Amino acid sequence: MSAPVIRASSLAQHFGARMIFQDVSFVVNAREIFAILGGSGCGKSTLMKQLIGLLPPSAGRIEILGQDLARARQAVRRSIGVMFQSGALFGSMSLLENVMLPLEVFTTLPPEGREAVARVKLGLVGLADAASLMPGEISGGMVRRAGIARALALDPPLLFLDEPSAGLDPITSAGIDRLILDLRADLGTTVVLVTHELASILAIADRCIMLDRAAQGMIAEGDPRHLRETSAEPTVRAFFRREAA
Amino acid sequence: MTVRGSEAAGRVDLVFRGSLDAVGAGRIWRETMRQAVAARGRELGFDLTGVEQCDTAGAALLLSAEQRHGGVARFIAASPPIAALLARVRDLAVVTEKPPPPAVATPPRRVLAEFGGRLAGRVGEGLAFLGQAFTALLGLPARRRMVRFADLAQLIDQAGWRALPLALLLGYLMGLILAFQSAIPMRRFGADLFVADLVSIALLRELGPLLAAVILAGRTGSAQAAELGTMKVNEELDALVTMGLDPMTLLVLPRLAAAMVSMPALVLALDIAGLVGMTTVLAGFGFPPALVAHRVVGAVHPSDLMGGIFRAVAFGAAVAAIGCRAGLATGAGPRAVGTAATRAVVGGIVATIALDGLFALLSYRLGL
Repeated sequence: MSAPVIRASSLAQHFGARMIFQDVSFVVNAREIFAILGGSGCGKSTLMKQLIGLLPPSAGRIEILGQDLARARQAVRRSIGVMFQSGALFGSMSLLENVMLPLEVFTTLPPEGREAVARVKLGLVGLADAASLMPGEISGGMVRRAGIARALALDPPLLFLDEPSAGLDPITSAGIDRLILDLRADLGTTVVLVTHELASILAIADRCIMLDRAAQGMIAEGDPRHLRETSAEPTVRAFFRREAA
Repeated sequence: MTVRGSEAAGRVDLVFRGSLDAVGAGRIWRETMRQAVAARGRELGFDLTGVEQCDTAGAALLLSAEQRHGGVARFIAASPPIAALLARVRDLAVVTEKPPPPAVATPPRRVLAEFGGRLAGRVGEGLAFLGQAFTALLGLPARRRMVRFADLAQLIDQAGWRALPLALLLGYLMGLILAFQSAIPMRRFGADLFVADLVSIALLRELGPLLAAVILAGRTGSAQAAELGTMKVNEELDALVTMGLDPMTLLVLPRLAAAMVSMPALVLALDIAGLVGMTTVLAGFGFPPALVAHRVVGAVHPSDLMGGIFRAVAFGAAVAAIGCRAGLATGAGPRAVGTAATRAVVGGIVATIALDGLFALLSYRLGL
């Protein structure tokens, strides 16, 4: 079996005296779709920031693709793609230019090569015809898709998605789910997502962890379908029941 | 990553070695395209025997080369994952952008007409905005509960009191510079003392109000546009409207009033600071302050001061109206608020100077 793509060991985060979580450990395997779940304020986004190298953990160690994130932050960043909840597209650039930006910085592709690659990425997320549009001209679902296309620009083996379906209608949300499954199938991408959408979690996630604010840490890990059926942990049961209702 | 062409029996094979990822594809992109174009009219093959890895950038390279060649290329020794990826990318049928239409020179008359139309549109929108503000003002007695005096005081504090140090500094420097610059030629005619007449009239009638308006546009006009623009982007204005509250009464009128109240105070401060700056220079030339004060009192009429104050009020109204209008007209997207702030500053300064020209004309005609 190949080495895990992510190995998180005893992670903790506190801001001053305020503890967000502690002793969070998990692994994410290659080609896995891994979800980070939990209620508001439990530290999901904080954990995601730690994993993408934006926030050094107060304690613990993160290895990504076999490299210690604390020591090789820049090298690791070249191997990951991140889609932020808002899409974080640059408003002054067209979708095509947004996707071309990382290619311009990190490759020696000539302009026509960058454009061809960027068009393939936009095609992968179903935005081939929207390449020349500006972020302000497209819908929320398209912004998320364009954000994913930009995150994929350098074909990273590991993709982080922050709330990819939040605030979208069920049809668009299902489209994003399908896209994530396609990316795994076509490109072999490992995907880590933070989400509240129960339908998405059950449809696409292979495994998940759940954080809890009261416990200040991780309260469950495993296959979400299995957790839904068998977990005796009250918060886990309430999460799945409440979301399902 | 390398690419090498081999030709045999009217067939060209491009032999790739290494990793066909974004970095590798970048290294051989131009060479691959060149060889693909050179192979036109002959059968083209891509030998992938030596390719360790291929991602979408590599697939884009191969399919772009095929497109440049103009025929269907053969893929030799493509591993199943690479073949699947190529098929997937080919299925996307990514269309290349249509070439832009050739540029057609626009006749100057049409350019001027378009510019005139845009300008007229802007002026019309501005007048409509002023009309709305005036209507809101007329309806104010019926909506007096919407007037929040605490907010008004805060706005006056922002527009006036907090701008005072800047007005004093710029006024003092302006007086200093004007006195120096005018003293040099006037000294040749032995008319140094008349610098006091010249600078005091220029400051009180023109430069004081103008400079204060520029300060107001830079500090307050831009801030008002950014604040209202952010409120628009955050749908706070829509929330006010749905609650039955009139943004014009609640947000615009207080800002207009704050600017109109603050401007005379700023102008007075600026005038006094300017006169002090001028007196400093003239004192350096040996003229006692009492003599300078005597010259100023003799040269300046109360109408000069009142005219300046009147202009200041008008400039304040114009700058605030343009700032509020820019903020309320903020569009969508992350640049919108910045654009609104820029429009507020540029529009405020242009309107101030245009109004000043109008006042100068009126003063001349009326003999004031």
